[in-house]
Amino acid sequence: MPDNPFRRTKPEPVPPVAASAREKTVPLRINGKAFFHNGDPDMPLLWYLRDVLRLTGSKYGCGIGECGACTVLVDGKAQHACLLPVKSMAQREIVTIEGLAGDAALHPLQEAWIAEDAIGCGYCQTGQIMAAAALLKRKPRPDDADIDAIPNLCRCGTYPRIRAAIARAATAPVEGKR
Amino acid sequence: MIFDSSRRRFLAVGASAAGALLVGWRVQAQDDLPYLGARFQAPQLTDFLRVEADGTVVIGARGCEVGQGVKTDLPMLIAEELDADWNRVRVEQLPYGYVDTDSGPGDRYGDQGAGGDATPAAWAQLRQAGAVARWLLVQSAAQQWSLDPATLRTEAGFVIAADGRKLGFGELAANAATLDAPPNPLPLKDPAQFRLIGKPMRTVDAREVVLGRTEYGIDSYLGNALVAVIARCPYPGGALAALDDAQARQLSGVRGVHVLPGPKPDAPFDGALAAGVAVVADDTWSALRGRDKLKITWKPDPAWAGDSSASLEARAQALLGDDAHAIVVRNDGDFAKAQKAARGNTIQARYQMPLLAHATLEPPSATIAVSRDKVELIAGLHDPAGASRVLQAITGVARDAIDIRLPRAGGDLGRRLHNDFVAEAALVAKAAGKPVKLVWMREDDLQHDFYRPFGIHDLAATLDHRKQITGWSHRVAATPRNWRDERLAGQPAFAGILDADAFPAGLVANLQQWFSALPCGLPRGEFLGGAQAFQAFAAQSFLDEIAHATRQDPLVLRMNLLGAPRMLRPGFDTGRLAGVLRIAAGKIDWQHKPTNGHGLGLACHAGDGAYAAHAFEVSVDGNDLTIHRAVCAVDAGRTLNPLNLQAQVANTTLAAISASLHEAITLKAGQVQQHNFPDYPLLRMRQSPRAMEVHSIDSAADAASVDDCVAASAAPALANAVFAATTVRVRKLPLMPELLRLL
Repeated sequence: MPDNPFRRTKPEPVPPVAASAREKTVPLRINGKAFFHNGDPDMPLLWYLRDVLRLTGSKYGCGIGECGACTVLVDGKAQHACLLPVKSMAQREIVTIEGLAGDAALHPLQEAWIAEDAIGCGYCQTGQIMAAAALLKRKPRPDDADIDAIPNLCRCGTYPRIRAAIARAATAPVEGKR
Repeated sequence: MIFDSSRRRFLAVGASAAGALLVGWRVQAQDDLPYLGARFQAPQLTDFLRVEADGTVVIGARGCEVGQGVKTDLPMLIAEELDADWNRVRVEQLPYGYVDTDSGPGDRYGDQGAGGDATPAAWAQLRQAGAVARWLLVQSAAQQWSLDPATLRTEAGFVIAADGRKLGFGELAANAATLDAPPNPLPLKDPAQFRLIGKPMRTVDAREVVLGRTEYGIDSYLGNALVAVIARCPYPGGALAALDDAQARQLSGVRGVHVLPGPKPDAPFDGALAAGVAVVADDTWSALRGRDKLKITWKPDPAWAGDSSASLEARAQALLGDDAHAIVVRNDGDFAKAQKAARGNTIQARYQMPLLAHATLEPPSATIAVSRDKVELIAGLHDPAGASRVLQAITGVARDAIDIRLPRAGGDLGRRLHNDFVAEAALVAKAAGKPVKLVWMREDDLQHDFYRPFGIHDLAATLDHRKQITGWSHRVAATPRNWRDERLAGQPAFAGILDADAFPAGLVANLQQWFSALPCGLPRGEFLGGAQAFQAFAAQSFLDEIAHATRQDPLVLRMNLLGAPRMLRPGFDTGRLAGVLRIAAGKIDWQHKPTNGHGLGLACHAGDGAYAAHAFEVSVDGNDLTIHRAVCAVDAGRTLNPLNLQAQVANTTLAAISASLHEAITLKAGQVQQHNFPDYPLLRMRQSPRAMEVHSIDSAADAASVDDCVAASAAPALANAVFAATTVRVRKLPLMPELLRLL
């Protein structure tokens, strides 16, 4: 993978640029790190994550917010990255699947997904996990109807195992701050 | 030397610089002397098996993982014979292994199709590789201890002497790599000794998947590949009439616009599916914006411009009334005579199946670099050998200079059997003169697919005075699968749509199957369940209709048809099918019909040496169908990995439910009407069965692939349950719109 000139591990001063260009620079906070986007401010967050930052865990599936493969957390809530222009993301706290576990090796949901072997082709699972993470933040002990309300699509049909994985994570003893 | 003469493949042993033992099948290459070359340098050998000095065992997975579990299951076969410690096994995806041989193209690693390799031959071949490595390690230990190798045993990564002394595989690897491979194929384990086969094993790369680190085709990058998207002609067989790309070219980030030719008229679909205009850009967003700015006029192919779903349906109905053009697929006994003898005791019904799109959640994509003498491709493929041929045809690069890397693929259902997107990527890369990543948007995917065929089934059955089925007529008018499909070239028009041996063939004395070809301009292809599912919906729904019309229990009717357990023909044991039917019926509590408005339905199917029966409990409330329970009983012979078998059966059941509830591709004014998930709705979690149970019979019979068989019995069992709950018989898929129309 070639070096990515856009990637920053910590906030850096914005280099002097023309006023018109500076207006277009969007400061972003993704997985606890600061980034500055100076491309098209209308670019959807999904393509910024994937093409610019090469955080490819958020997947493309439909581009219209129907499938959930690109689900990320924005200020703790599940959102479809394909529908969010980067310019609307300034000052928002964005978490992608790559940042979900934080300092831990795995988030309890990721552990539960492995334990239940909820994989199939695996393409939708990162979005499923992010949607489940938002649910558990909102409701740490969700009932069956809450889980079934997750609208993300799985073409393989792993729904029974996704349900089991969420239930497992929700009933697992809470570790650390999560 | 172990030599598989039919495939000109031999097992070879080598050593790596770091002292690892390497074992791999190698195809006899042009420059190999016959029966020579068992030893060669490590870089040449990307192997099935590497035993490293630290004891890690690296096993190569040869098929592309599309969700069917090959990346976990096939390495289990190798690890079994090696007696490896599964916790110290690492599975790595092998690239496509093309090799030139003196008798033409060869496959270094064997069949790399994504189909599942559940064949006895694949089992034997992979197990032999593990057995040879084990044999070498045992010889090495015997030398070190000066003991008779016959006195040594192996377990979980160790060679163990009778006195309890142990040596780890890693300690033995370097010396083992200097030994010669055994001269003859080794005996394989007796199944009673299996330690891994038959044990539930989780997906080997699950951790990478849930962390979002797995690379799918759409995630791949090659050098500074540009991103390409294509505007494709929405009319089948159509062409570009006019293009104004001035605005697109002016956009920042857009690097080029390239016109791509469509398929040659009437020639096989061996390249791009449609004429197109590619926009190449720095990133996906710029490419999409560029594509939006193209001003294109497309010219329809007059042959298909007027097609609509209504006209297809009308023509199919007309064909069913016109025997002159029908092909006889099977003709047992004399159906006409049975009809006369039945004296009007005949039941008839027609069932309609829509065109379906694969809608894999990861749409097609291909990342490619093309130079004068080398091609590098990264793509999720079901048929990498086919991709290699396509690339050679387009680029002129020799096949042994075409490198294909297989990432995980986001679903298949048969879509990735085709390499149209690989051809497109190569054409764009050539035109752009740079590496490109071609991505398909969902709209591209639904509008341009090799669709599951459309067809109408006409079924008729004759009955005697004891309500036994004496005659069975199954006539189909459908869009043939083999139209412009090289894979089915030379095969009859019903290939991939009708199976002459499908249930109840062989069980009814007077049975006829006829097929009439219905022309349609949309490409058609393989889809989950194939011919088995296409046929079984009609046959298994119709059996239910016969049972209800004659006041027989649908289970008893099927059991009576199957009769005494026997091998009806190779691959079809009526006792095994009756066995799964009995289990499914028992688990759904068939004898106690619910009185709460729920309905029970069942269906069964046998195919590819596998047996499946489904039973559903459903209720319909207003516009909502609730699947309370879905039970599937399967008998697929020896179970390699029960955890994956359970997943495959449950997943296939849900995919079949999805395909039958809402999915349909329709045509209007010659164009596909569906664009994205709102008009092509896939099953969501809340619509999926509240409970999904899989019951599998593990037998000593040869392992069989279950997917098609399971897909075949799911949809009719669901429709039969809907009938039980509502007394409405749905004869036209997708089920939900038709049910709501009839209610």
